[in-house]
Amino acid sequence: MKINRYRNKRKYEPILPGPKEWPVVQISRNRKEFVQEVSDSAFERIKGITRNKVALIEELEITLFKEKARIRQNSWKVDPDDDASFWNGVKSRLLDLSQSKNKNSQEADNILKDIIHRYASEIAGNFNTSHYRIARTIATFGFNRLLNAARIKKFGSFWSDQLTMNDKIQINGEVEKLREMAKKGTIVIVPTHSSNLDSILIGWVIYTLGLPPVIYGAGLNLFNISIIAYFMNSLGAYKVDRRKKNIIYLETLKAYSALALKKGCQSLFFPGGTRARSGKIEKELKLGLLGTAIEAQRINYQEKGDKAEKIYVVPVSLNYHFVLEAPSLIHQYLEKQGQERYYVENDEFSSSYKIITFLFKFFTKGSNISVSIGKPMDVLGNNVDDEGNSIDRHNRLIDAKDYFTFQDKITIDKQREEEYTRMLAEKIVDQYSKIARVFSSHLVAFAAFEILRKRNRKLDLFSLLRLPEEDLIISYDELKRVCARLKDKIFERVAEKRMSVADHMHEPIDEIIDHGISNVGMYHSKRPLIRLNSGDVTTMDMNLLYFYRNRLDGYGLEKHV
Amino acid sequence: MDMGSKNMYNKPIGVIGAGSFGLAVANLLAENNSVLLYARNIEVVEAINKNKSWDKYNIHSNVCAINDIQELAEKCEIIFPVVPSANFREMIKTLSPFLHPYHILIHATKGLDLNLPAGCSLSDMKVLERHHIKTMSEVITDESVVVRVGCLAGPNLAGEIAKGLPAATVVASHFNEVIQIGQQLLRSDRFQVYGNPDLTGIELCGVLKNIIAIASGALSGLGLGENARSLLISRGMVEMIYLGRAMGGKTESFIGLAGIGDLVATSHSTLSRNFTVGRRLAEGESLQDILGDMQEVAEGVNTIKICKKIAESFKIRAPITEILHRVLFEGLTMEEAVQYLMKYPLNVDVDFM
Repeated sequence: MKINRYRNKRKYEPILPGPKEWPVVQISRNRKEFVQEVSDSAFERIKGITRNKVALIEELEITLFKEKARIRQNSWKVDPDDDASFWNGVKSRLLDLSQSKNKNSQEADNILKDIIHRYASEIAGNFNTSHYRIARTIATFGFNRLLNAARIKKFGSFWSDQLTMNDKIQINGEVEKLREMAKKGTIVIVPTHSSNLDSILIGWVIYTLGLPPVIYGAGLNLFNISIIAYFMNSLGAYKVDRRKKNIIYLETLKAYSALALKKGCQSLFFPGGTRARSGKIEKELKLGLLGTAIEAQRINYQEKGDKAEKIYVVPVSLNYHFVLEAPSLIHQYLEKQGQERYYVENDEFSSSYKIITFLFKFFTKGSNISVSIGKPMDVLGNNVDDEGNSIDRHNRLIDAKDYFTFQDKITIDKQREEEYTRMLAEKIVDQYSKIARVFSSHLVAFAAFEILRKRNRKLDLFSLLRLPEEDLIISYDELKRVCARLKDKIFERVAEKRMSVADHMHEPIDEIIDHGISNVGMYHSKRPLIRLNSGDVTTMDMNLLYFYRNRLDGYGLEKHV
Repeated sequence: MDMGSKNMYNKPIGVIGAGSFGLAVANLLAENNSVLLYARNIEVVEAINKNKSWDKYNIHSNVCAINDIQELAEKCEIIFPVVPSANFREMIKTLSPFLHPYHILIHATKGLDLNLPAGCSLSDMKVLERHHIKTMSEVITDESVVVRVGCLAGPNLAGEIAKGLPAATVVASHFNEVIQIGQQLLRSDRFQVYGNPDLTGIELCGVLKNIIAIASGALSGLGLGENARSLLISRGMVEMIYLGRAMGGKTESFIGLAGIGDLVATSHSTLSRNFTVGRRLAEGESLQDILGDMQEVAEGVNTIKICKKIAESFKIRAPITEILHRVLFEGLTMEEAVQYLMKYPLNVDVDFM
């Protein structure tokens, strides 16, 4: 595709003057105090859940059991050296406690405090301004170099400045509104998640838009690799250990997120929790961290009343023609769907070598990407006006504080906030499906897959995916007819603001199909769609075709094939 | 929950609608609280305030009637709307500018609202989708900023409650807070209140049982006896569950107080409006004549219209609903309807669990 056509050369000034003002700098400067604050808050939360001493001791024992199992079965390089000795200590203290029979009623609390403090110190990020600068410079510089080397196939083009990230990645949607709201309150960015690339991409987007750095949870496994660990730390990541599923850990994590938000740190959650393995746009969100946005907003109102800092939630959709991990993602998805047996989560990022090859492939080969910024919303999912006030559907002002009020007082009601979280998640999912940009590649993949499905109406999904090669050929005329019809239906929905399309979707249908076929999963060794010499179209890998097809799932387009 | 504690709420409790059930709710609430009752008709307001009675009901001295809906929204934080489904959306639209997210609304309306594309009527629609049909709580959240919403449903015949006979109800809401408030406000020595988180399911219980109530009235009108009524109730229950599940309710809710409980009460109550419609139809009167001289709305008639379309669109077997539709709107006689149902090929007793 013609690179220069849809150039987006817009430069954005940083919205906060210098790093001194960044809340993330302030919490990392006072890291020790912050960890203590997190620990205190987590302690209160857990005491609230375990109402008496017996229940608390039980929780401690469960945690101990799980942690010992983790150390035995699944230990990582990044784990601290004293892991085993710490938990042995907990074990003997719990043993003493059970034998001494209530003599020291504080001991259970003390054990809890020690565990929480250990977790909180582990989670806490290590943001450092100069490292942030260096990391950012290296990243931007390196990416541009790679990009130029790959795209302009001329000797010496490695040093050319002809192309920048802006040409490769388009940012569209409510950019100005996002910047405005970032000046007025605390932003929580909630992107869709389909690739390991997402964290890097979104980091770049945040920098490009002139927003202060965000803090985000990054899997502890990424910190196993020292070079990645350096970048992650520099970019404001805190650590999330997916192996630790005990309540004490999860509550400490939530306390960390809620407190950071309260202090005005812009945050990022991938609310889908993990990469969308099916290729579908996320429909079910994880509510744990999302709930901390609502909690932090309520605490702000409790502490500051009408002057409270507001929290804005901004859905972001990341759109690709090509997801490098697609083959393994869809494989895992189908395996899980096919049989409910335990499967080991595949980690493509297990070594420095793999991640570097990944990045290299992406920047040298990847096709264009677009990032759509959704409408900023308050924590209940209401729209906000240009001043950041919540408004209802009739543009009437809403005082968001009223959601937490009963009889003129702000009340704490966990179940109420859980329900609000569920409502917010629905609003986010709704925005995802509206802002996700349809690419030519999604259209052709959907059309081709649905043509094959319709042709074999009696087969279930798994038999369909195993169709023999000779049954996979689609005549160009049929594909064109279906694509044209689907395109019309998509444009109807675009007019109703229920879907969005990339600019290239306005081209004539033959060009869209051409563009789609050459871009869909373009660097997989087995291409999801190829053109035969006869002009007809076929697939080399039904699973991959299904993966890319899924991006258009859930819009009710199937019936128009 | 401390029962009977007074002055727990510093603001009066609002009730909208002065029909027989609205008055019953106002009286129940008035035992522990001061109540503001909104009535559209100024004569009703005056009669209630002056005589402490209206229609055939005595009104508790803690109830004060008003005619200003804005005043009601400003003075009350907790409001019970009890108006017929046909007027519900209009009422909420009028109320909406004065509502805030701190308001709590618990409705007691047993009907459905249709939300069709502009200019379409039910007969224009080939297929109904779920978003075309709204329960009353969905109307509230559609039209206002209120989120803490609940509903009341259960075997609550207004006449019996007025006499002070023992009874119970279900308060349903996604919010525990709303359920607790409903329990605190309504519970008394003679009135028990259960909670249920399946708001949609409980709303649909109240809605769908009216179909069976019409059928039950018809059985009485034809003098067909109690074996036939029990057959109707148990098959009606299955039909309610199918329809209810298709619209997002949970099976469990239908076998509770608001489901089977209310169904039994309504199917035996010769006084209920829907039952009366069925009985008079069986006695040969026309639907128009019957509706013409009824004082209050029989929700079941409209519900049958909507549910027949739902059954077709969602491909659900609902023989009772379908045959009643033919009696009400297509000129079939009740005798023919009964014959048809007795021949209907159904032989699995319980297939919904």
